[in-house]
Amino acid sequence: MSVTGVQFQAEAVETAPEEAIQGRSQWQLTWRRLRHDKMAIASIAVILIMAVLALLAPVFAGLLHHGEYQAFTGAGLSSAGIPVGPGTHGFPLGTDYVGRDLLVRILYGARISLFVGISTTLMATVAGVSIGLVAGYFGGTIDAVLARFIDAVLAFPFIVLALALAAIYGPSLLIVIGVITFFSWAGISRIVRGQTLSVKEKEYIEAARSLGAGPWRIMFIDILPNLLGPVLVLATLYIPTAVVFEATLSFLGIGIPAPTPSWGVILSEAQNYYQAAWWYVVFPALALLITTLAFNLLGDGIRDAMDPRTERLFAARRMRGKRNVTLKDSELPHTPPAGATGAG
Amino acid sequence: MSDTLPQGGTPSLHPESELEDDVLVQVDNLVKHFPVKAGGLIGRTVGQVQAVDGVSLTIRRGQTLGLVGETGCGKSTLARCIAGLIPVTSGRVTFEGRDITNLSRRAMRPFRREIQMIFQDPYGSLNPRRRVGAIIGDPFVIHKTATGAQRKRQVQNLMERVGLNPEHYNRFPAEFSGGQRQRIGVARALALRPKLIICDEPVSALDVSIQAQVLNLLSDLQDDFGLSYLFIAHDLEVVRHVSDAVIVMYLGKIAEAGPKRPIYEMPRHPYTAALLSAAAAADPKLAAARQRIILTGDVPSPINPPGGCRFHPRCPKAAELCSQQEPPLESKPGDPATHVTACHFPVEAGENLALAGRRERP
Amino acid sequence: MAFTRFLIRRILTGILVLWVVATATFFLFFFRPVDAVARQLAGRAASPQVINEVVRRLGLDQPILVQYWHFLGNIVHGNLGYSYYNGEAVKTIIAQDLPITASVVVGGVVLWLVVGLGVGVLSATRPRSTFDRVSTVGVLAGLSMPTFVLGELLIIAVFVPLNQRGFSWIQTGYAPLSEGLIPWMGHMILPWITLATVQAAVYTRLSRGSLIDTLGEDYIRTARAKGMSERRVVYLHGLRAALTPVISQLGIDVGALLGGVIVVEQVFGLSGLGQDSVQAIDTGNLPVIIGFVLVASFFVVAANIIVDAAYALLDPRVRIS
Repeated sequence: MSVTGVQFQAEAVETAPEEAIQGRSQWQLTWRRLRHDKMAIASIAVILIMAVLALLAPVFAGLLHHGEYQAFTGAGLSSAGIPVGPGTHGFPLGTDYVGRDLLVRILYGARISLFVGISTTLMATVAGVSIGLVAGYFGGTIDAVLARFIDAVLAFPFIVLALALAAIYGPSLLIVIGVITFFSWAGISRIVRGQTLSVKEKEYIEAARSLGAGPWRIMFIDILPNLLGPVLVLATLYIPTAVVFEATLSFLGIGIPAPTPSWGVILSEAQNYYQAAWWYVVFPALALLITTLAFNLLGDGIRDAMDPRTERLFAARRMRGKRNVTLKDSELPHTPPAGATGAG
Repeated sequence: MSDTLPQGGTPSLHPESELEDDVLVQVDNLVKHFPVKAGGLIGRTVGQVQAVDGVSLTIRRGQTLGLVGETGCGKSTLARCIAGLIPVTSGRVTFEGRDITNLSRRAMRPFRREIQMIFQDPYGSLNPRRRVGAIIGDPFVIHKTATGAQRKRQVQNLMERVGLNPEHYNRFPAEFSGGQRQRIGVARALALRPKLIICDEPVSALDVSIQAQVLNLLSDLQDDFGLSYLFIAHDLEVVRHVSDAVIVMYLGKIAEAGPKRPIYEMPRHPYTAALLSAAAAADPKLAAARQRIILTGDVPSPINPPGGCRFHPRCPKAAELCSQQEPPLESKPGDPATHVTACHFPVEAGENLALAGRRERP
Repeated sequence: MAFTRFLIRRILTGILVLWVVATATFFLFFFRPVDAVARQLAGRAASPQVINEVVRRLGLDQPILVQYWHFLGNIVHGNLGYSYYNGEAVKTIIAQDLPITASVVVGGVVLWLVVGLGVGVLSATRPRSTFDRVSTVGVLAGLSMPTFVLGELLIIAVFVPLNQRGFSWIQTGYAPLSEGLIPWMGHMILPWITLATVQAAVYTRLSRGSLIDTLGEDYIRTARAKGMSERRVVYLHGLRAALTPVISQLGIDVGALLGGVIVVEQVFGLSGLGQDSVQAIDTGNLPVIIGFVLVASFFVVAANIIVDAAYALLDPRVRIS
């Protein structure tokens, strides 16, 4: 058999560009874009600093000679029995209502918040991705059941569940982690399921099946890499949710029990003292706010870095000569700027 | 390539002059219906999409069977049934004599090494998040035939064989052009040295200049590796050049089939004639002289195909009989035994259907 | 017609969900040694006589399935148990708390929808303007603000200074509507802001994104090309499509709402359902907890059905699925 019909004698017109034998993966591209996003870098810095401080909490405690549970009723409380302010008697941020060092407690609180935030999100992500993949890929009854289950979990008022569990077993860290993980996985699962449903229809999945790939291989080697981007953004945005939820539960008394220095606990104690001791509210609140804000900004930054539509913004910035980088073909703007479609 | 010897693929209706062990794939009366569900929690089935309705064919070793038809005629569905990607409603598919109809995934595995597919969309058929080395290496991993450095070598050999630079092993599909991506698809299909490659419109999405290169590649590979192809397309000229035999499908059924010379030189089914008349002619004089046979109406829905001959509402030669009785697929007088047509009033020699279309319809 | 069928299906599913919740609640609390259950029901401070009384009255020594049956029966008849601690039927407690919680919730939801959608739509129609940038910053701040922190900050920064200066419209605590609209609002305004802020931020971002995506669609371009006024394009066509993800998010957020309510009531000293639930935990008042869980679930399910119905009205495709 030979082809004679179309008499085009063209040589291979498309030769791939000769530079860069190594293709750039999605992650490398994302990281490159992220590096240039000042807000994102600032967030990463803040998070790292917070993590380091949390890890070094015992060091601070040692340096100040104030344990996180040590109540200094003498030096730590004024003659009227109210907490002393920042800077007095060697308490950098002041004390709480029984005279404990606020800074030390806040640092130990950071440990709790970061630990709860990250561990619950990690577990929720693993569970959510697995369940979402299975539901999306297998479809049929499995999906029908799982999807309903996911919806039920999402609609469920988790504070009520936490209340109930705390009522029976008494508040504890374990309950907090369990409840937060349980509500987080469903949100992730729903997104993963949706993405899986659409990826499943792509031709390369059919190709994989035609090669003889089994469902598990297809799910984790073919579908999963296409999901990791959105999942990463989602997970990064779930961390502050988890942190806030833990703080809220502790604030209400159904989370981590006092005297453990969770930020929520501290703020709950501070309710009665805010008029006399502003630092008691402001500093823990600031800690919470900064942490939450940092993770939210980072999540946004990652999302923007992964979204090719913002690519042209970065390309434009680079072209303005701020850096001496040769543009790769794939990095040139290919989409028309927003104004061109007449919107706005 | 004479007309009398059975070439490429012929419908199995035909008498026993075929050499039995020459047959690679045998399809008998394949039927594939998709249920149409209404709303509701369970979803009642209110109809069937009759995608493929009783198709039989044979693919021989080393030969290429072309499969032509409009969108919706069932050719892609048929291909996927043969490849075992979708379950068959009824009928039988055998490969080298063994029944592979509706096998479990496990039982089908060994056959997956023998039957491979190339897909139409160069942009959709490769996973954008994986490197091409991994994509081409997939078959080796799945079937555990090569590991590590050896696999890499084999993948690079394949890349070279299909005309890609083996140093681009670590690139992503996005960094290749459409034609190159199809080559990647070919390399992937070739990895385990299959006996049959089903090509589902492999060049339809490519520029014309690139089509020639890919078709050349497929032809070379067929000679080197002794492959058989089931070549699906809607472009008659492409099919003509690659196939040994051709099947024309319409709305789930075979309209006409046979070795390619008879089909192209003396089409018997009005539909085939119409398709041919609409095909591009490279010679401008011929193109000007050609008279287009205009088919009226749209392709009916496969959920509710017309009674009798499915083509009759659009056929310029349709008569009363055509709406009542389905024509059998048989060889018409004057045709070689391998050339079969399903028509009550096949096109006669010298008949000009372009005029027939303007006649009053009964 | 399809819509009615859809609605009926959703209601049936809702009842199923409620049944599951009730069953789970029951087994969670009652499937334990009689002693422990009775003690919890009677409250931590109960004497042995009360405990025995509880066992007798509630039939705690009966087989578990018989108890379950009575439990379901009671719920269907509206009997949600008796609080020994408070000396009243749980139903009564709920009835007293409901107006307070309802005030907070309704006002909060209205505020967050109005602000969220309003700012979102305005931002979407003026991308990259100053308004848009400012609102983006605001959104980020709002998103990161835990509700209880905001509440406390509002008290410190708004309520206290205003009160000290003699401006007493804004108050903590509750004033029922019967005392007048203005006082009622004065008491509710800070709780509303607290409840609404985070959600408004979420909805601003959501509606902005959704509307921007929708306005980029081809059919919008066609409408504009046809000469349709921009206002009609945005509000008639654009919003309709853009609202659907917002509404589906609303369904999910109803659950989160309850959490917010509890916090807000705690911070502002409102004795609604939220506050009482927390108190019930503190005192180990099981009947109240059980009752609240059931009532809360009921409202969540009901709200979800309403949201789904609204979604189906907006998007006809949903009714068929």
